[in-house]
Amino acid sequence: MPYVVKRAGFYALVVFIVLFSIFPFYYAILTSLKSGTALFRVNYLPVDFSLANYTDVLTNGVFPLNILNSVIVAVTVVAISLFLAVTAAYALSRINFAGRGLLLLTILAVSMFPQIAVLAGLFEMVRWAGVYNTLFSLIFAYMIFTLPFTVWVLTTFMRDLPIEIEEAAIVDGASPFTIVMRVFLPLMWPALVTTGLLAFIAAWNEFLFALTFVSNNSTRTVPVAIALLSGASEQEIPWGTIMAASVIVTVPLIVLVLIFQRKIISGLTAGGVKG
Amino acid sequence: MANLKLTKVKKAYGSVEVLHGIDLDIKAGEFVVFVGPSGCGKSTLLRVIAGLEDITGGTLEIGGKVVNSLTPKQRGIAMVFQSYALYPHMTVYENMAFGLTLEKGTGKDEIDKRVREAARILQIEDYLDRLPKALSGGQRQRVAIGRAITRDPAVFLFDEPLSNLDAALRVQTRIEIARLHEKMAGTTMIYVTHDQVEAMTLADRIVVLNKGHVEQVGSPMELYNRPDNLFVAKFLGSPSMNILPATIEAAGETTRVLPEGGSSVVLPVATPDSATGSPAHLGIRPEDLSVTEAADAPFRGEVTLTESLGEVTLIYVDIGRTDEPFVAKLPGEVSIKRGTKIALSAAPESMRLFDERGDAIRAAARKAA
Repeated sequence: MPYVVKRAGFYALVVFIVLFSIFPFYYAILTSLKSGTALFRVNYLPVDFSLANYTDVLTNGVFPLNILNSVIVAVTVVAISLFLAVTAAYALSRINFAGRGLLLLTILAVSMFPQIAVLAGLFEMVRWAGVYNTLFSLIFAYMIFTLPFTVWVLTTFMRDLPIEIEEAAIVDGASPFTIVMRVFLPLMWPALVTTGLLAFIAAWNEFLFALTFVSNNSTRTVPVAIALLSGASEQEIPWGTIMAASVIVTVPLIVLVLIFQRKIISGLTAGGVKG
Repeated sequence: MANLKLTKVKKAYGSVEVLHGIDLDIKAGEFVVFVGPSGCGKSTLLRVIAGLEDITGGTLEIGGKVVNSLTPKQRGIAMVFQSYALYPHMTVYENMAFGLTLEKGTGKDEIDKRVREAARILQIEDYLDRLPKALSGGQRQRVAIGRAITRDPAVFLFDEPLSNLDAALRVQTRIEIARLHEKMAGTTMIYVTHDQVEAMTLADRIVVLNKGHVEQVGSPMELYNRPDNLFVAKFLGSPSMNILPATIEAAGETTRVLPEGGSSVVLPVATPDSATGSPAHLGIRPEDLSVTEAADAPFRGEVTLTESLGEVTLIYVDIGRTDEPFVAKLPGEVSIKRGTKIALSAAPESMRLFDERGDAIRAAARKAA
């Protein structure tokens, strides 16, 4: 096959993949900028430009509060997960103790249960702990799926850090905590950013637990809040505001990923090959 | 200023014992080198002294105090690692200051003074703001040494610090370490290496280790001239000593020995009469051999290989033993073709006699002394 055809085929495929992944989001943006009956006309190019939906979603109801809830939950989950994972990873990667492999497998196994399987049991625990209908219930529940992968990724990453660096720090008189905080953490930025961001996205987008453990409109997080947005009547689905809300909660994620993309790539590939 | 005293120090990993009771006295300010083949336990012994490995048995004293259960820091040691082990995210300055910043009560000015002093000694003042990745291997090694100096340790440990450097740099850094020892008189230094040249040139005393035992302790020349046993005899010197199985033909004030592949030689070594007829080993250093025309030369054979190194020529001779080559080291350039039949001899007092188990049978001169 001639070179030109090959190149053309390659770029056609690239264009198709990009369109396929971007189109839903693009269409959401388009819809969010429409108002009234324009919503139900199919356009592929921006013809309307109205910010009414945005002002609507941000001024009416408790949606801004929902965003704040999501931020609080996601940030807290990331902070606690990373702290627990870094300290656990130090023990799991550096200290030889009986049952270490079993413990690692158990941690991994936890992440294999489907959410729906643990929902009822978790609900009981949340009620028992008295955190039902508070953000604490979500922070607690989200650890179930953030901790396994943060612990695993950080354990593998830490295992690859040269043992001599740790020994040099021991000879320098550093305590294990100092070693983790002042020697290991600075070396682990890529891994921390990657796992932290993944944990953030998981907590930000979670729906099922958020729907179950919180019943109060002003305590909800955004995924549930968006799903429960209602129009003037039972029959009307407020597509415009739903799309505006979706765009508002997606943009921060995209910005975060763009800021950290270099770190993410080096974090994902690190551990495989020594560099 | 600290001396070290090891009493029956043992180290075991599970049921595998790697150090079998090491007894050793190291004087304050001494430069001691641990040598031995890989797996002999020299690095483990150093790590035990450093406090990076627990001691399974026996006691370790530093400066008269038992330190078995103290941390490396409390023992007052500093260590230079083979792989440098610099903190990659810290500048040279931060690397050298890190240990001091962890100490309470060391002020910023004091830290700065000590880091700059160490940097001056090692001539790395120009790189203080650089990260380790921007340094060459030799510079990194100097930073690693500098990091140890700033701590002002009582005992300075080196774990094969030169093995990651290229040959030219190795010689240069070796000389710098020797100079450093002079400057830091009073600081005890322990140095692990598998390189006998480093051991011979740096050490006040060498400790030869083998399979978790101390084979011999002594000054470089003592070990070279008076090896206690076959292991030490073969380990020091390059090429290593020729060892020939032999039989003691006549014991007494002097001893007549018949080596395999040679004819009888008389050594100025006294042996008890009962030794007559017993098997032994005869050791001759390649550098003690010379080509001779004498009819009674003990070793004769065909040259199988010659290696010219410029200042010396190595000659491999087939004297009728197949397992190990018989090597002579002759000064200067010697042109002897392969296949030439030659005769070799050595001064009787330069030959070493070992008994069947490999322990040295000392020259009479030493007994008298």
